[in-house]
Formats: sequence, structure tokens, C-alpha cells
Amino acid sequence: MAELAPRRTLVPIPVTNVEDPSYFHKVVDCQWACPAHTDVPQYIRLIGQGRYGDAYLLNRQSNVFPGILGRTCDRPCEPACRRGRVDGDAVAICRLKRVASDLREEVGWGLPRAAEARNGKRVACVGAGPASLTVANDLMPLGYEVTIFERQPLPGGLMRTNIPGFRLPAKVLDEEIAVILDMGVDIRYGTEIGSMRELLRMGYDAVFVGSGAPRGKELELPGRHDEVGETHIHIGIDWLESVAFGHVNKVGRRVVIIGVGNTAMDCCRSSRRMGGEDIRVMARRPREYFKASPWELEDAEEEGVQIVVNHAPRRFLVENGRLVGMEFDQVEWDEGAVHSKTVGTVRIDCDDVILAIGQENAFPWIERDLPLEFTSPQLAAVDEVTMQSTVPGVFFGGDSAFGAKNIIWAVEHGHQAAISIHNHCQGVAVAERPAQVMRLSSRKMGITQWSYHNDYNPHGRQEMTRVDLKRRFERLNLEVELGFGPEETAREVQRCLNCDIQTAFQAPLCIECDACIDVCPVRCLSIIRPDWADEEELRTRLNAPAENRSQAIYVSEALPQTGRVMVKDENLCVHCGLCAERCPTAAWDMARFELGIPYAGRPAEVS
Amino acid sequence: MTSIAKPQIPLLPLERNELGLTIRDYSGSMSTLCAGCGHDSVTAAIQEALWGLSIPPYQVAKLSGIGCSSKTPQYFDSAAVGFNSVHGRMAAVASGAAAANRGLVVVGVSGDGDSLSIGLGNLAHAVRRNVRMLYVIANNGVYGLTKGQFSASADIGSRSRKGEPNLLPPVDPMLLGLSLGATFLARGFSGDKAQLVPILRAGLSHGGFALVDVMSPCVQFNDHEGSTKSFRYVREHELQDIDADIIPVRGQIHSEQTPGAVTEVELHDGSRVLFRAVPEGYDPRDRGRVGSYLVESARRGEIATGLLYLDETTPDMHQLGGTPEERLWDLPFERLCPGSAELAKFQARLR
Repeated sequence: MAELAPRRTLVPIPVTNVEDPSYFHKVVDCQWACPAHTDVPQYIRLIGQGRYGDAYLLNRQSNVFPGILGRTCDRPCEPACRRGRVDGDAVAICRLKRVASDLREEVGWGLPRAAEARNGKRVACVGAGPASLTVANDLMPLGYEVTIFERQPLPGGLMRTNIPGFRLPAKVLDEEIAVILDMGVDIRYGTEIGSMRELLRMGYDAVFVGSGAPRGKELELPGRHDEVGETHIHIGIDWLESVAFGHVNKVGRRVVIIGVGNTAMDCCRSSRRMGGEDIRVMARRPREYFKASPWELEDAEEEGVQIVVNHAPRRFLVENGRLVGMEFDQVEWDEGAVHSKTVGTVRIDCDDVILAIGQENAFPWIERDLPLEFTSPQLAAVDEVTMQSTVPGVFFGGDSAFGAKNIIWAVEHGHQAAISIHNHCQGVAVAERPAQVMRLSSRKMGITQWSYHNDYNPHGRQEMTRVDLKRRFERLNLEVELGFGPEETAREVQRCLNCDIQTAFQAPLCIECDACIDVCPVRCLSIIRPDWADEEELRTRLNAPAENRSQAIYVSEALPQTGRVMVKDENLCVHCGLCAERCPTAAWDMARFELGIPYAGRPAEVS
Repeated sequence: MTSIAKPQIPLLPLERNELGLTIRDYSGSMSTLCAGCGHDSVTAAIQEALWGLSIPPYQVAKLSGIGCSSKTPQYFDSAAVGFNSVHGRMAAVASGAAAANRGLVVVGVSGDGDSLSIGLGNLAHAVRRNVRMLYVIANNGVYGLTKGQFSASADIGSRSRKGEPNLLPPVDPMLLGLSLGATFLARGFSGDKAQLVPILRAGLSHGGFALVDVMSPCVQFNDHEGSTKSFRYVREHELQDIDADIIPVRGQIHSEQTPGAVTEVELHDGSRVLFRAVPEGYDPRDRGRVGSYLVESARRGEIATGLLYLDETTPDMHQLGGTPEERLWDLPFERLCPGSAELAKFQARLR
């Protein structure tokens, strides 16, 4: 067997440990990228089968607010989606989530219920946003008494105050929040907590701070504080809140918005519905550096908002006690947009300016002489795993923990804090985290038959239908997106590559016939001698070089006939199952990976 | 047989050959052979060899007879012309095709039944004529389509799946070819493409009949304990003393440059074969030495693989026949068929 004589000393084979739940989890790009690790491929399959209620409940397990998130999620899953690497467009995961929510049948049977008996432990939550609501969602079924203090007259936090009704109807918000509050949460509206010291004295067993990052950043430029009869310079998130509660219902004809984050997009689109006609969003940097999600930018532009790049605000122009416009420096950027130079100055006339340049945390109500440590003037010291502050029993989550993030992160913080609170109240160390579990189960139904649809559907990403532009501005809260219809849904579910149906390999069965290697449509399999120096070299030795370093490389045990190993580059595998169909010995199988995620008082389980 | 066709992934980064084509441009329809069949690997190797030499896909003629192996031309190079002949007659049809159109790259795929039993005579005379073509025998020692009877290449003592031993001596296509005056003899293994693909590329560049015998196990009827044509048996008994690289004049060079080649042979199209290792006293151009090497290794129970014998000096069918330089179908009708008067003159000369 001359061919098999090693060219150099064999290295100990770095066999991939597929028993570790994180290996296959990482292959499911969407689930891995989701802070709450929602089982996306499974719920997409359930939608494909018309089991909308089951899809909704599967979502709800991890992300608690499928209806809300199906409209407003930041979608970290979509940039991660494998389909994007295959044909350029991710599966419309978020849209499909909304389908599950819109079309769900009665799901009351699957929703959490409060425990029949209370366990005598009392938990206080500050703010009724997604983080606190998740804490209540996880703890009420365990018998905790949860009290939420909310300064507004309605629950939801940022989801209600900062997301306009034309993106998220109040009905959807109310329904999903009611499921949690109706378990018997003691919610105190119109109650602003003025002192952490006082709160700690109230004798709660645990305190959870989920009060968000409520302070919009200021833009201290000349003219900002000049006397104007009525203020026409607004802080974006405060302004959106006033709009949400009906305190503000009109805006000037010409509006300038400073900043290009998602808040800016909500501000400009709200302005468009409140009398604004000439609306400009002013950005300092070129478009590729915008913070706003691309789809939100597109929506704004479709509605006639102008997005102006390379303009740095210079001063507010106030004449005769009235805001008349703003002055901007026109700038040019170098490669990578690190340094800029000013090439001119331009005046833009306007009636209102909305500042949407970011949010900060602010805790004026937390006394700084408490043992609760701060890492900066705005941020408390919070453990990233346990969400606990330096005071045992005081936890943070959502935007109040590490600064402004998004709803899905707030939900995940809530889940983790709930685990910590449960540990804390049961006398278990908060650092003791329940483990994730996994299960692999074959999808084989017969020869070349699988219990999932393994064929690749070449359809492109489906477009969302929106309310006609003529009708769109009739009412401030008219929802713009109509959701996917049956055709779009049917096509979009088939675009999912079922990344959770894993290629499970059993080295002892392999006869090295090369069948899988020949049939693989993306050439991601190789059988090679285990004599590479390091992973970098391994990546170059495969049938197709493995250049995407964010994706794992699978290495099998030594194969029985030659001692070589099977290597798989996970990057482009489309989970078509052809390797398993062509395998004469069933060394390859297609097996569903199910991740069991633990929640407070509920150890991880798989079906 | 698979349930679906290969997904066509739009963003797949694929290497391009000199014609700007990817390996996908040399693919055929999905195989309907058994899962794990060695023949599918032979198909993949042919596809890679054609792509690597940048042969225009439409310039290929793919031919076969009857049998599992003879189904495989369907599974590569859909743009090629093809002919699926009656059992054992592929060599004759290929000779005709090569005679009529010398511009074709003729690829014949056959099996041990098609070539060594019913078609043995046809194969023998194509070898003698030195028809310029690549002739691949996907050799698995059994009749797979008729459920696993021994074929003419089964070794004495090799056992069927039920345990029956074979009693008849095998036809070794390499020794057969040697005795018939073959000009290119090579043996490969479907489970080792690193060796097989360069052999096929050399065969495609050869100026005559290139006979390649590929050990291609039948996973269904001949991959068990006791078989001498199983994946495991071939791996354990394969003799790889002869190591050659092909340096093509066209297409992409995939093999590493070899320093200190012991023998160098220039092929018909200007490509070179560099033998970087051969056994002591072995000369791939010496018919007698090669013959005794094959007999010796077979006696030891070893399967000698590699580019075993190479002769670029013997003229091919067209040179021997003094045919025109052009393809026959390019000839004007008057030249191709000079008429009855010319025929009468010609016949008069023979009287």
C-alpha cells in the first residue's frame, strides 16, 4: 500500500466531537446567530406543513414574542443564513415568523400558566419592557410573585414607545404581553422607581432592572439652546414616545433628522405621516457604514425620505426666536471612512430637527454609594452570563445591562436573569448554569427517502407586499407590511436549507468508495491523510479550499481501510443528503439535530 | 440512484479551465447505479480529466456497450456525442467513429463482461489497429446487471457472495493488450483518483489506443470477504511501484513537478509523461520487461497499478491506413466518392 505511506509523521487526529451540542448548533447558522437560539429550521418546516400554531409555540419557547419579533426583530439570523452564501439572499426568516403568528390557530393550550401555588418568593422588575416581561414569563409558572414597576400607563417599554404603530400594531403588542401579565403579574403603572436604596429596602428576594437605555444622545452645537418660542428640536426616542402616546400629532413640513440608525428611520417615517413632506435624513458617513438595517432604509426611501450622506452637522440656525434650518459641513472620507476632510458648507432649511444619534443608559435613581459598582458613569458592572450586578440578588437585562441592543437580546437577557434569580432564590450559586443538551435522530424513511424536503429550490427571496403608497399615510398607525400570503410562504419555506438536518458520519462503516465525494454538489467532502500541520494547512488540502474561517471543519476518526480521515467543510453544505443517498454502507446519515435549551426551573430537554 | 439531481448552487466558487469552463460543464445526468458503485468514481475521474485537459465538451464522442459500466457515459459530459452499442461491439463502433472523424476525442467505457467476454474479439482488433481512443474497462469481476455471476476477469479462488469459488482463469486485459501490440496500458483503482485522473489524462493525450483497466468494485455483488475485487482487497494488494506524472501541453497542471524522473516519454500531442519511480530494471517502453513484471506481480497475488506500458512510436490507424489529414466528412463529395468510372479504374488495377 505504497500510496498510504505517510509523507510525514502522523499527527494525533483532531477528531471533531459531535457530542458537544455546540458543534452541530454552529452548523445551524441562524439558530447559532440568534441570541435566544430559536429553532428556525424546525419552525419553518412546521409552517410548511401548515402547523402555524406549533410553529408559533416553538418560537415562543425561546423568543417569547413571535408576533412582535416577526415584525420588528433586528434579525441577526438573516445575515448569518447559509442561503445567503448559496444564492446571495437569506431566507426571509423574520417574515416567516410573522406568518406563524398571523395564521396561528388557538394556542392557549401551549402557553405558560402561573403555578397553582406560590413559592413565597417575591421578585421586583423595573420597567415593563421585553427583558422584564421575559423574566415574568419564566418565573410566574414557577410560583414566583413578580411585581413590575412601569412609569408609563401601558406595558411594553421600547416596543411600545419607540416602534411606531405602522410597523407594530398595538393589537399584536397587547396580545403577546397580555399572555404574560394575565398569569397574575402585579404590574404598577405610572410608578417610577426613584431610588434603588428604597427598592432594596422593600424586601424583595430579587430585583431585576430592565429599564432600558432611556436617554437619547444630545447634539451640543451652537444654537442648540437658543431661545425658541416652542421647541422644534427633538430628541428622537422622546419624540417617538410622545407620538406613541398621542402627545404629539404633527410636525413641520420640512424635517431634518440627524443620524441613520433604526430610530432615525422610525422618526423620518413617522414624520412622513404627521405632515412632513420634505424629509431629509442626514448622515456623516457613506452608506455602507450606516447603522440602520438595510430593509428599514429601503422602506424609508420608498416613502420619499431623502437620505443624504457625508454631511456633518455644524450648527442650528435660529432667527428671530425661530428654528429656520441647520448648517452642515460637506465632508469627504478616505478609504475605510476613518478620516474626513471638510470640502464645503451647506445650509438646509427646515421646520423641525429630530436628533437620532444614539441612546445612553442613565441611572439617576441608582445611588452611587451603594455596593452596586459601575464600570462607567452610565453602566453598572453586570456579569455577561448571570446578568447579576455586584450586589447579589440584583440583576440587569435588556438595554439597561450593556447599552442599547435590541429586543431579541433583551429576551435572552431575561431568560438568563430568570435562571439566575431562580438559583438565587433557591440557594444555588448563580454561576451554576444548567447545561444545554442535544439529540440527533435519523431522518431516513427508506432508500433515498427522507422525512424532510431535501431538494434545493432555486426560488429567489420573496418580496413583502406593502400597503399602496397612496393609502399608506391615511392613518398614522396603518400597518405598512401586509405579511406573506400563501404563495410567498410556500416558496419561502422551501428556500430554507434545513441546516439542522445534519450530515452524521460513522467512520467505522466507511469503505472509502468516494461516492459521497463525487456526488457532493459543493465539493465540501474530502478523504485525506491525517498529516497536516495545523487547521490552516488542512483548509488548503481539501477538494475545495475552505476559505470561510467562520465555518467549522469536521474531521472523522481514522477510516478502517486506509487510516485516512473524512473531512467536511461546513461552509457551503446545502444539506441535500446526496452523500447519504449515495453511501452504500450508511456511513453517512441525515439526522436532525435538536438543541435542548434550559430555562429557569426547566432543565433542557429534547423531544 | 438518488432522489434528486445535484443542486446547482449559484454562488459556488469553481475553478475554470483554459476554456473558461468549470467541472460542472462536463457533467451529465444523475447516475442510476447502486449507491457506492465504483463506476461512479470512474465517471467522476473521466469528467475531471476532460476538464483538466480543457477538451471542448462537444468535441468528445463517448461510446459504450452493455452493462453497468456501459450506462456511465450518460453520467458525464452531456454536450458530447454518444453511441450506446450492442453488447461487446463498442470497439467496432468507436473505430468507425474515429475513422470518419479524426477530430473527435473518443472515449469508450466498457466493463469486464462487455470487453473480455462477448466483446473480446472487437477489443482485440481495435487494439491491433491502434485506434486513437481512450478505452476504459471498469473492471469488477462480476456481471452486476444479472446479479453477480463471475465474469471473465474473476480470479481463480475468488468467492461469490454466496461463497462459491471461481474456477476459471482470469483474462488480464494488460497481458492481453501486451500480446496484441497495445501502445498504452495502464491500471488504476476507482478508490484512488489521485492516481487514476493523471492516467486518464495521459490516455487522452496518447496517440493511439489507450487501454485503461480500472479496478471498480461492485458494492452490491463483489465487495465481500473472499472477493479479490473488493475495496479492501484491492487496497491491501495494490502494488504502486510505478509512479508517473503527466505534464500536459494544454490544460491545467495539477501534479507537482517531479525532479529526477527516471524515464520521460513525450506523447502524441506534446505532453510528457515523467516516470518518477519504477522498480529496479523496469522500463515502461520494454514490452518483455513489462510482461514479466505483470506475470511476477500477479503470481505474488499483487495488483500492479500505474501507467504500465507506453509506446509512442507505433503508427495509429489513420497513419497505417494512409487516410487524408481532414476529417472524412470535411471532404468534398467528389473526393470522398470519385464515381463509378474511378472505381472501375481501381478494380482494373487489381485484376
